[in-house]
Amino acid sequence: MSAILITFYFLAAITLATAFLTIYSRNPIHSAIYLVLCFFSIAGHYLLFNAQFLAIVHIIVYSGAIMVLFLFTIMLMNLNKEDEVHKPRITRLGAIVVFIVISVVLVTIFINSKTIMGDYDTSGEDFQSIRKLGTVLLNEYTVPFEFASILLLVAMIGVVLLSKKEKNEKK
Amino acid sequence: MNNILNEIGIENYIFLSVLLFCIGVFGVLYRRNAIIVFMSIEIMLNAVNLLFVAFSTYHQDAEGQVFVFFSMAVAAAEVAVGLAILVSVFRNIGSIDIANLKNLKG
Repeated sequence: MSAILITFYFLAAITLATAFLTIYSRNPIHSAIYLVLCFFSIAGHYLLFNAQFLAIVHIIVYSGAIMVLFLFTIMLMNLNKEDEVHKPRITRLGAIVVFIVISVVLVTIFINSKTIMGDYDTSGEDFQSIRKLGTVLLNEYTVPFEFASILLLVAMIGVVLLSKKEKNEKK
Repeated sequence: MNNILNEIGIENYIFLSVLLFCIGVFGVLYRRNAIIVFMSIEIMLNAVNLLFVAFSTYHQDAEGQVFVFFSMAVAAAEVAVGLAILVSVFRNIGSIDIANLKNLKG
């Protein structure tokens, strides 16, 4: 086994384990910490693909912004205690059955569909440097790029309105 | 430039993404805490993003990674709006247990 394969299995094990622990742990703060670890290991996968810009953006957006948002919300609601009542037994059993069925079915499908797995393309052409990504983004995807900025602006205004509304009603 | 997929194989990435997505589905179904449900949705989005990047490398094409940027922007907006809604639900009801959100039930 090559070193890259070992790195991949190590990162994949961290990703799956922390994703599972995110759901399994009772304390929401612990869930958030495990989610950060999961996002960092996914950024490691991106680095393995040599997609540096995507890895850095992933760390900034997910591990930085989104996790700060999650942690602030958890602390705002004072949820860092483990008093969650579990769902009824039948619902939990159903969730576990659905999980097992979906994973078995999907993995079996992908094991049995090896039709597209030919040789890998190694043209040696640069396709994922920041220069190339910026060219593609601003030449072919200019309109979606501008719409993304509108979406973020609308989301920001909406969040401010949603959060301020209660205060105005109380007056 | 050596293709990383020669060493690892795209199948491994497909299986990893599928398992990550299934864990996300499991989290949505299993937990009652709305914040954990949001985290599970984030895990599902990340599984799909990982598969996008894997196939972008497979085809040696930058467009998969450009799509991941847009998906990240949408995910950031979604989380911000969702958490604001959760905060106002918490102010009104006093808990974020999704079993308590049954005002629309007839």
